[in-house]
Amino acid sequence: METAEQSDGGGLVFKPMDQFLVKPLSGDGIVQWFTFTNAALWTSLAVLAVFLLLVTATSKRAIIPGRAQSIAEFAYGFIHKMVEDICGKEGLRYFPYIMTLFMFIVMANFLGLNPTAFTPTSHFAVTVPLALAVFLGVTILGFVKNGASFLGMFWVTSAPLALRPALALIELISYFVRPVSHSVRLAGSMMAGHAVIKVFAGFAALAAVSPFAVLGITAMYGLEVLVCFIQAYVFTILTCVYLKDALHPHH
Amino acid sequence: MEGQLAHIGAGIAALGTGIAAIGVGNVASSFLGGALRNPSAAASQTATLFIGIAFAEALGIFSFLVALLLMFAV
Repeated sequence: METAEQSDGGGLVFKPMDQFLVKPLSGDGIVQWFTFTNAALWTSLAVLAVFLLLVTATSKRAIIPGRAQSIAEFAYGFIHKMVEDICGKEGLRYFPYIMTLFMFIVMANFLGLNPTAFTPTSHFAVTVPLALAVFLGVTILGFVKNGASFLGMFWVTSAPLALRPALALIELISYFVRPVSHSVRLAGSMMAGHAVIKVFAGFAALAAVSPFAVLGITAMYGLEVLVCFIQAYVFTILTCVYLKDALHPHH
Repeated sequence: MEGQLAHIGAGIAALGTGIAAIGVGNVASSFLGGALRNPSAAASQTATLFIGIAFAEALGIFSFLVALLLMFAV
């Protein structure tokens, strides 16, 4: 995002949007196809963290799980139950993909909370492909599973006949707007929260308000820890809801 | 001048996110009201709570998106 260049001005010398700039880690600052940037670094770190938690920590398969293994088991059980509750037994076939989505998003969000870290999920370039993959996958799955009767989802038979064309239009619009809200929600809340922390950090330059700045940063940081988890949860639960619509379009 | 008008428009569009916050608060408060009346049913409805919050929030996100577009794309 080229926000930082354009948003200068205002009273702050400190630029709250600078943390979202994609910068190459070596070389003369030109980003090319295979330049290793901070975005690439923190995305790989998120994948590494998922691997460490889900593969390495559980490789011993202890009967009495240690700390790391119980976190991994808890995450697995949590997502498994969510998929089963929302999509039914049938949806469990798609559990691996949903688990992958959740773990990647939650790890990218949490690693982005580290000081000087970069949050991959604060960029539309990361969240839009994630949401589009879900949208396209679910649409294709709906047509494969139900054939043309998948279109019945837009034709609400429980409504009076005169209302149905208008409802079909609304349903159609809300269907195609799904990937937009799905991706912008995640990127927007990550970006907004981190920018607010930096804005409070900017206040710390004034000695009179600096204690409040420290308090504000602490409070926002606590909220951000919560938001990081909740946004990953919401992304996953909406994926489950969309999947349910594709598997059972008639209610 | 046009750029400044776009910034004013972005500020007005950003009001929508605050209005969506009312909706989100409404969902959460109704959930809490229901959950305190019948705590045993509360745990099974948290997923519904988050789906409701997500849908209420989606409309706020659209106004946020409009604000972003006005700031950086117009």
